Amino acid sequence: MSAAFVTFDDVSLAYDAAGNAIEDINLSIHEGEFVAFVGPSGCGKSTFMKLCTGLHAPTTGAVRVDGEPVTGPLKISGMAFQNANLLPWRTTLDNVLLPLEIVKPYRHQFRKRREEFVGWARKLLKTVGLEGYEEQYPWQLSGGMQQRASICRALIHQPRLLMLDEPFGALDAFTREELWCVLRDLWEAQRFTVVLVTHDLREAAFLADTVYIMSRRPGRVIERREIELPRPRALETTYRKPFIDLVQELRAQIGEVRST
Amino acid sequence: MLKLAKCAALNKSPQHLMKGALMTKNNQLIERLAPWIAVVALVVIWEVTVRVFDVPSFIFPSALETAQALVTYSGPIAMHSWQTFWTTLIGFGLGVAVGLVLGFIIGSSRFLYNACYPLLVGFNAIPKVAFVPILVVWFGIGSVPAILTAFLICFFPIVVNVATGLATLEPEMEDVLRVLGARRIDVLLKVGLPRSLPYFFASLKVAITLAFVGTVVSETVASNQGIGYLMMSAGSQMRMGLVFAGLLVISAMAMVMYELFAQLEKRMTGWAHRGQNR
Repeated sequence: MSAAFVTFDDVSLAYDAAGNAIEDINLSIHEGEFVAFVGPSGCGKSTFMKLCTGLHAPTTGAVRVDGEPVTGPLKISGMAFQNANLLPWRTTLDNVLLPLEIVKPYRHQFRKRREEFVGWARKLLKTVGLEGYEEQYPWQLSGGMQQRASICRALIHQPRLLMLDEPFGALDAFTREELWCVLRDLWEAQRFTVVLVTHDLREAAFLADTVYIMSRRPGRVIERREIELPRPRALETTYRKPFIDLVQELRAQIGEVRST
Repeated sequence: MLKLAKCAALNKSPQHLMKGALMTKNNQLIERLAPWIAVVALVVIWEVTVRVFDVPSFIFPSALETAQALVTYSGPIAMHSWQTFWTTLIGFGLGVAVGLVLGFIIGSSRFLYNACYPLLVGFNAIPKVAFVPILVVWFGIGSVPAILTAFLICFFPIVVNVATGLATLEPEMEDVLRVLGARRIDVLLKVGLPRSLPYFFASLKVAITLAFVGTVVSETVASNQGIGYLMMSAGSQMRMGLVFAGLLVISAMAMVMYELFAQLEKRMTGWAHRGQNR
């Protein structure tokens, strides 16, 4: 594995005087690693994402990405949330193209290279199974399809770091599992670094290399767990014994956190 | 008026209930004709009431007398309506321009939003008629006070709507863009402005009718031109047919403009409405 890509040194963050949202976070993420954060609600998982992408500065400690201290929004990252947040006045294709209109250096090349960029977007949409829906508007898509488009939007500018904040939380169980596989395949193909925040232990165990379990507020990392299931992982693994045991162990740890 | 609406509703509903899906075409026709039926009914009730109670025409002219006045004085009415029409449009145009800019500025900053909102509300609470005497002192009587009154009365809903549209941007959407290195202005232009367009176009419909109110109010006290002036002078001569004709003309102009902006809204921001229809 390569050197640490994201490192947190004794990072704490307090939004206000009420106390820290997260506290004493020490961890490092390798380039190309898939990490998942799980924990009870309100444990500062989303805060962690904001620190990671530079949307918020830590109160104490230091966050480094790619060897550099994070001082402002990181342009090498893409984000997707529980709500797809697609712009209703843009077609799916134009929604996916949005980051290229903003992120440097593409924004200055957008007019000249538009054809090429549209090609990227179409290819990406095809890999997530949205071929033929490029000209549809978001409200014409189902929830799962919107989320696929949202992930495409997060990946179109080829970010090195993909941040996912409960991206599958609002979907039904079958669609969710389908999208796990979509994400797995995208990641296997491109090997960007992924930080996935989730409530779903099966999701974390199935997708991630490393699962971090966080305590209640103030959020601390109380357990780091490497998932050693062989890759590529098939969805069927999630219904087999070793996987189920693993999830149950994780569940037990979360249970302890909740009861303390 | 209210009674009328009820009547129309009563006439329509049994058909809806009885014939159902088979007669949808018929229902559509009835739905399209409904406003015209209501207008005709109102005119008939008006005419009949005046005749039955034998109301003298200098108090309340009948529909027929009003129509006669409309024809007899069509020349002066057209001239004065044109005056009212263009002053209103200029006032409205100013209102749109100022409303958009001010709304954009206020909506783009939290600080300004909080700072200016109470001021705007306070300003809006002043009855705009109260400005007319001031405007007359400043600009004399004529078109200018009418234009400015129309402007003052109609820019507020535009400011508020544009500002609200911008200020209620989802924070997550902002994060998505900020992470890409978007500047504030990028967020406003790519997301904020298109997002506030439905609010903007909705406010235009309200603003244009208010602009007519402003112009006419100003004309009644501070002008010797325009429908407001015409009604005022006709009223002082007890020519009520002409006064009512003026009323009809204002109402027709405002309705046409309202419909124009309603159509424009539909065309420009269809995405905001189509989403709800599905």
